[in-house]
Amino acid sequence: MSKKQIETLVGLFVLLGMLAIFFLALKAANLASFSFDTTYPLLARFDNVGGLKVGAPVKSAGVTVGRVASISFDNKSFQGMVTLQIDHGFQFPTDTSAKILTAGLLGDQYVGLDPGADEKNLQGGDTIKMTQSAVILENLIGQFLYNKAAEAPAKEGSGPK
Amino acid sequence: MSEALAELGRRALAVLGILGHSAAFFVELVRTAPRSLRRPYLTTVQVHAIGNRSLIIIAASGIAVGLVLALQGYITLSRYGATESLGLLVALALARELGPVITALLYAGGAGTSLTAEIGLMKAGEQLVAMEMMAVDPRIRVLAPRFVAGVISMPLLGAIFSAVGVMAAYVVGVWMIGIDAGAFWSQMQDGVDVIKDVGNGVVKTIVFGIATTFIALYIGYECEATPEGVALATTRTVVVSSLSVLFLDFILTALMFSTP
Repeated sequence: MSKKQIETLVGLFVLLGMLAIFFLALKAANLASFSFDTTYPLLARFDNVGGLKVGAPVKSAGVTVGRVASISFDNKSFQGMVTLQIDHGFQFPTDTSAKILTAGLLGDQYVGLDPGADEKNLQGGDTIKMTQSAVILENLIGQFLYNKAAEAPAKEGSGPK
Repeated sequence: MSEALAELGRRALAVLGILGHSAAFFVELVRTAPRSLRRPYLTTVQVHAIGNRSLIIIAASGIAVGLVLALQGYITLSRYGATESLGLLVALALARELGPVITALLYAGGAGTSLTAEIGLMKAGEQLVAMEMMAVDPRIRVLAPRFVAGVISMPLLGAIFSAVGVMAAYVVGVWMIGIDAGAFWSQMQDGVDVIKDVGNGVVKTIVFGIATTFIALYIGYECEATPEGVALATTRTVVVSSLSVLFLDFILTALMFSTP
């Protein structure tokens, strides 16, 4: 095989390999939605962060506007402190509220932001004042059983005496 | 009885000796590797011999593994009503694990044995000694280009395997079984991270490429310069390469993918 032929074939092989890597990165993974935008941090305190994980999306009106950067325990207020990194393109009023919601019935948890009506916007490093914790399944079940148990003696009490 | 013990001790010491010798060989390979870039034609010829020649088997295996993964994955996923996640399942399995490992095993069996046989026969034909007589360092002329070529080819082959596998799974899942194409791709794009999944897979292929090429070259360089010696060396290359790929895969997976 001549030198030129070999070099052409090797070039084709390398090209094929690079195409495969790009295909995997773009079509099979999330490179297309990789945002290199700068972000600003917002803090939020929750009574219970539930199953929220670092890297979970922050959504408003169902659209992803940022990511959860870190989750830590605040030993003074005994609440979970979550740092959110919001894309610079999105500004939220100072009376925005944050909720921990679940995607689907038993899916991963994410942070939902409900915008308020204030004129001033949250700046980088501000804390979101109004928060709602995650729904804990065991607490729900406990509540349900308690309600059921409370109903039963009430019914017996108002029965025929 | 004491004879057997003495033999065991001798074998153990011999293994230690091989480990040390191969470590020195590896350091030499890495040290002389940049010099092979001064003669790109030598490396190009080797990439052709190693990479281009392995392309067909890797692509064919990729198609086959993708097809089978899609079929088997669909059967299990349909139990939980999660058939829309077939793309995600296949892409993660291929990018993280099957792509690098199967490519490395096939590469060790094909390109690895051909490297060992070539170096072994060069040794048997006294070509390496002849080069030394002419003051040409055989390591720079013969070994370094093959090492660099192997390290370049493996990631490309691994990526081709995974990409072709995903496409084959698409053919089975969307065209044959009838899963929604949009759900197939969007679930995959949602769940596969470029750096954590695809990137880690590429890192794995680089590590496997270094390991298998180094083992193939070392066993070829150190084999007995006879036909039986070359035959034994090729078998040993496949065995040792495959075992180290599987072992390294466990270590890399534990490092990369274990939850903190």
